[in-house]
Amino acid sequence: MPVTSVLIAGVGGQGAILASELLALAANAAGNDVKQGEFHGVAQRGGSVFSHVRFGDRVHAPMARRGEVDFLLALEKLEALRYAHFVKPGGTIIINDHKVEPIRVADQRPYPDEAIDFLKSKGFKVVTLKATAKAIELGNHKAANVVMLGTLAESLDIPDDVWDTTLNDRIPARLLSLNQQAFAAGRQLCKA
Amino acid sequence: MKSLMSGNEAIARGAWEAGVAFAAGYPGTPSTEVLERLAEYEEVDAHWSTNEKVAFDEGVGAALGGVRTLVTMKHVGLNVAADPFMVFPYAGTNAGFVVLVADDPGMYSSQNEQDSRYLAKVAKVPVLEPADAAEAKAMMIAAFELSERFETPVMFRTTTRLSHTRGLVEPGPRAEFPRKTFSRKSSQYAIPVYARFRRPELEAKLGRLREFAETFAANVVEEGDPQIGVVSHGIPYQYVKEVAPEASVFKLGMVYPLPEERLREFCGRFASVFVVEESEGFIQGEMAAFGILNVIGKERFTNIGELSADLVGAGLRDTQIPADFASEVAVLPRPPVLCAGCPHRGVFSTLKKLGVLVTGDIGCYTLGCLPPFDAMHTTFCMGASIGNATGFNRAGERQVVAVIGDSTFLHAGLPSVLSAAYNQVPTTTILLDNGTTGMTGHQQHPGTGHTLKGNPAPAVDYQGLIRAMGVEHVEVVDPWDLDATEKAIKSGLAHAGPAVIIAQRHCNLLPDEKSKERIPYAVTPEDCILCEECFETGCPALVWEDDYPHIREWECMGCSMCVQLCPADAIALVGEA
Repeated sequence: MPVTSVLIAGVGGQGAILASELLALAANAAGNDVKQGEFHGVAQRGGSVFSHVRFGDRVHAPMARRGEVDFLLALEKLEALRYAHFVKPGGTIIINDHKVEPIRVADQRPYPDEAIDFLKSKGFKVVTLKATAKAIELGNHKAANVVMLGTLAESLDIPDDVWDTTLNDRIPARLLSLNQQAFAAGRQLCKA
Repeated sequence: MKSLMSGNEAIARGAWEAGVAFAAGYPGTPSTEVLERLAEYEEVDAHWSTNEKVAFDEGVGAALGGVRTLVTMKHVGLNVAADPFMVFPYAGTNAGFVVLVADDPGMYSSQNEQDSRYLAKVAKVPVLEPADAAEAKAMMIAAFELSERFETPVMFRTTTRLSHTRGLVEPGPRAEFPRKTFSRKSSQYAIPVYARFRRPELEAKLGRLREFAETFAANVVEEGDPQIGVVSHGIPYQYVKEVAPEASVFKLGMVYPLPEERLREFCGRFASVFVVEESEGFIQGEMAAFGILNVIGKERFTNIGELSADLVGAGLRDTQIPADFASEVAVLPRPPVLCAGCPHRGVFSTLKKLGVLVTGDIGCYTLGCLPPFDAMHTTFCMGASIGNATGFNRAGERQVVAVIGDSTFLHAGLPSVLSAAYNQVPTTTILLDNGTTGMTGHQQHPGTGHTLKGNPAPAVDYQGLIRAMGVEHVEVVDPWDLDATEKAIKSGLAHAGPAVIIAQRHCNLLPDEKSKERIPYAVTPEDCILCEECFETGCPALVWEDDYPHIREWECMGCSMCVQLCPADAIALVGEA
């Protein structure tokens, strides 16, 4: 199978790294070679965080080249803009319609509320969903990452039972039910 | 069955399989997880040392004492351990000794880029460098075999990308080795006259290592297109395979010393050969010294920052790298910030108000240099803050404060406090005691009361320790209390001798803090006078929404620092407004 490249981006604390680890585990369980490279800065929270997951018959580089990513999963709108240039022409960008204002600095320009329209105008296939709202509805805003993963799963060739097993194996028991619901909700959202 | 492991997990796994019995280190991104994972294996006696030199010395003792030993550190940690690193090779080791050194090209969490291969060359120590997690595990086992075969310490070099990339690894069983006997031969370990005899032996050993490099299995030629020759190593090798899968590649698993004859033969087959290496042109330089000159290297592959498949593609193929969208749309920066309720915030808010010169140190609190604080004016290396402040003081600057975290203080701050006390320089130091090694992800240290393996340990008494060094003015303050913090810093600065202010409050992300119930604050819009004083806290829970400051309830830790700064009493506990 040729290499599929997924980039998952978000704000520190949103669970971008966990989402990419789940994807890497599932892709491997489905029989692929996998590499997952993550990028995070010096602080634990608040900064921009992103991770590349690449899977296929044989994967070399841990991160995709610019213009090569098949799917960008953005847990926040501004972060979608920050990494969109990694997506191939006509590639898919799945965006959580959710805004996290960056810390205010002097002379800061306003938040780019036009992010989604901008990305559509660039010819990307843009899928927006209210993952954080859905996660809050399910009881914990932090489950937005797995809602998004559920949506992404609809576009990937990874069997359902592999996803089930992966969630079972990786998610702690007390959070499993929440995450199973979040994943199922994500699958539904993109069909709505 | 293969499992998904980060480079660091694979390195730890390899060390365990190699039969490592003792391991020591000091946390430093991107090396930290190696020792944390290794400590999970009960067969391995692993601990955090107070600093890298101590870890290295302990490791030397353990290896001479007969057990396979790993010491871990980031690149700048090797500078701290450079003294034993440079001398130990003269004696050579008994049981296997490997030093894991993690370089950080791109400076994701470092103050400098430093190519550790050069230090290994100065020390005359062989260097192994893997290209992915699976190789990392296998190569760690090879490193111990190499160390024992040549009785030499071995450097195992990794980089941020290798350490933090997950890949598939086939786990294997652990090998156990009986403890080797240490023979007491002072001629091998002591005084200059003996060292002069060791010197030519060290050179002869390096010669034997050069011969070994010619046959080492991880130095491998992958035959491909007879027109395109590439020499590479480590993570850059993966970029080469990505952009030029058809090329003939000489992949070096041992990056010092190099296999001169095989490189000469390989390069002789091509009109010119690309040398693709990250950081400096080390391999290129060694090859030039061999007289292999039909090489294209740093001319096309930058020595600044981290390489990528894009950059290697541009260097090999002149391919264009697509630009980002920052010129078309407001891609606002999202810099890392001190967390909501971070105790460091109270200290930096106060230091900004006082307008003093601040010499800084290494930790989360280094972010005090960023807006809105701009309250850290120098940062160099572990422990530098206190010595730098003493120096500024000697130069005539009286309004200067050193700021240093608890783990850093114990790592390298103590000798500088002692020097200030001994010389009676009125250096004012703020010890930010948040009860953990915060930035690297909450490691234990001698002040926390626990060891790496989670066992109880004596927690250092900072006040007693500092007083015992001759500092008379020692004061403890809660940094969430801005008035008290200001008074304490002022009294430290006014004191005629050295002073240490201990700003004491646990990091909010420690489990005992996270589990506490918090009542968040909220801004009352009708009382707010829009002065924006609350933003002086730099707190990420505070955002500007609907034309007035708004506190994100789920992020607020209830520290009340914004309340203390608000001149209009417009911030109250949720439910009490």
